[in-house]
Amino acid sequence: MKILVSVKRVIDYAVKIRVKPDKTGVETANVKMSMNPFCEIALEEALRVKESGAASEVVIVSMGNEKCTEVLRTGLAMGADRGIHVATERPLYPLAVAKLLQALVRKEEPGLLLLGKQVKVDKSENCVHVEREIDGGLESLRLQLPAVITTDLRLNQPRYATLPNIMKAKKKPIAKVTPEELQVEITEDFDILEVVEPDKRKAGVMLSSVDELLDKLKNEAHVL
Amino acid sequence: MSGFYSSRGVRKLVFEVILRRKANAFTQHSKFSTSSLLDNTLTQFKESVYQFAKENIAPHAATIDSTNSFPKGVNLWRLMGDFHLHGITAPEEFGGMGLGYLYHCVAMEEISRASGSVGLSYGAHSNLCINQLVRNGNSVQKEKYLPKLISGEHVGALAMSEPNSGSDVVSMKCKADRVEGGYILNGNKMWCTNGPTANTLIIYAKTNVNAGSKGITAFIIEKGMKGFNTAQKLDKLGMRGSDTCELVFENCFVPEENVLGEEGKGVYVMMSGLDLERLVLAAGPVGLMQASLDTVLPYVRQREQFGTPIGEFQLIQGKLADMYASLQASRSFVYAVASQCDGGYVDRKDCAATILFTSENATKVALQAIQCLGGNGYINEYPTGRLLRDAKLYEIGAGTCEIRRMLIGRELYKSG
Repeated sequence: MKILVSVKRVIDYAVKIRVKPDKTGVETANVKMSMNPFCEIALEEALRVKESGAASEVVIVSMGNEKCTEVLRTGLAMGADRGIHVATERPLYPLAVAKLLQALVRKEEPGLLLLGKQVKVDKSENCVHVEREIDGGLESLRLQLPAVITTDLRLNQPRYATLPNIMKAKKKPIAKVTPEELQVEITEDFDILEVVEPDKRKAGVMLSSVDELLDKLKNEAHVL
Repeated sequence: MSGFYSSRGVRKLVFEVILRRKANAFTQHSKFSTSSLLDNTLTQFKESVYQFAKENIAPHAATIDSTNSFPKGVNLWRLMGDFHLHGITAPEEFGGMGLGYLYHCVAMEEISRASGSVGLSYGAHSNLCINQLVRNGNSVQKEKYLPKLISGEHVGALAMSEPNSGSDVVSMKCKADRVEGGYILNGNKMWCTNGPTANTLIIYAKTNVNAGSKGITAFIIEKGMKGFNTAQKLDKLGMRGSDTCELVFENCFVPEENVLGEEGKGVYVMMSGLDLERLVLAAGPVGLMQASLDTVLPYVRQREQFGTPIGEFQLIQGKLADMYASLQASRSFVYAVASQCDGGYVDRKDCAATILFTSENATKVALQAIQCLGGNGYINEYPTGRLLRDAKLYEIGAGTCEIRRMLIGRELYKSG
């Protein structure tokens, strides 16, 4: 079984995100970028499934400009077998990404597509057992392959890329493919009007009595 | 929350940062400009060692300093060995990476950033011992000693200085008398890093006390050899936990196959080793300077006086600027000379100049770091005091700054 994992190049999780002064987006120039932590977790899970013998190949894909190859190299150094870079300079909105992933799934025919954001994966025969957290507790599901699964924070601790693996990764292939070759038309269906920081959390107000609380709930917040 | 969503029928995207930042003592700095000196693979490697050191070494740094020893519950030597950090310059056939000094310096910098003591011990083990064996050992010696040193199962050390022979190291008195099948060693060595725990040590002794520098021979000593003992662990100002001690040789028999290089040619082993030792150790202070900035930057953003974060005051910003410029200049210098050495050209004065420059800068940067933290910089709960005490060592070990200055000046005078 082949596993396809999408890995996205994002602003490093520990960097303080700043909105550009012209409010058209978030500042990315000279900002540290890394693989999305959720994608790291998805890749780690894929590698573990491969190490358990249930999968034969882990393929990673990233979409965007040339810099995407950085996270592909990291993924290869972690242990993925090969990478695919969907090369485009144009901005990619969710629908375009979905269409590109669909085209790649048709092309590669993986048994599993793992995306960042919950679940332990066990494979048997032609289906997959997954366990996920829901509000009430843990839910067990059995999915027939091919399946799409997303992974979240507490699933695993991603491995380090050790120096020997970093060296080996240099020789692993990264195939470049364009949206045109995948026969996907990229439409820009979003118009970004403005990007602003969320309102700063206002300090809480200390109240002196229950009556005061009731008064505020009634007359200020209008919830009673 | 008025005005948050427009009532008009157009979509407005508002980005919200959902990911919670993991609380940690390190800030992620944006790409440093010296990244042009490192290719993609080196940058990946640096990031990788940073993560490894942050999670496995940094949490122990404070206790290593206060207890004056490596952590008991975890074997750092093995951990670093598993991460392939010891044999960076050693051949792959012995478990090494077969890479160069630039990689080694990058690893040294990131380990030192997490803990100065671990960095120094790591440098002594991986460069002073392992690299010297790689450069001067014969195949039998390399086969015998390198694998366990590289895996981290064994710890390595090197000793040349004596209680009465520091800068004047050639005046060493430790004797090696030729006997049937080997040599008998008598004498003392001082300030030996990793001495208390080392399994394999490179020792310099005089096979001919009357021949000056030409009478020095390098030997490989094993822990447990009859007549070889380690004396008291030294109580140091800084680099606490990087165990240092005096070595005592009393009629210690060393078999002749343990001569490293040739009899009487030890001074070449020593002096050429010192060049590369200075280069790799020069990355230690770079790590300490980075650690200083890692501590100072979040602090000056949070600490408020006169109703403002102190980082807004120009005098503090001036200090930040000086610290940053020193760090970047030091780092660039080390990387440039390391690349030069990797290219096959080892320049004695360049290697000495790197550690001369980075060590003095690190002490100054650490002093500024303490100052930025003010009263808190003087409290041992904060790492700045330890950074200063650790940094100071680099002005002394591997040839004092005075010796380095004399050496560089002399080289320039002779041939410019």
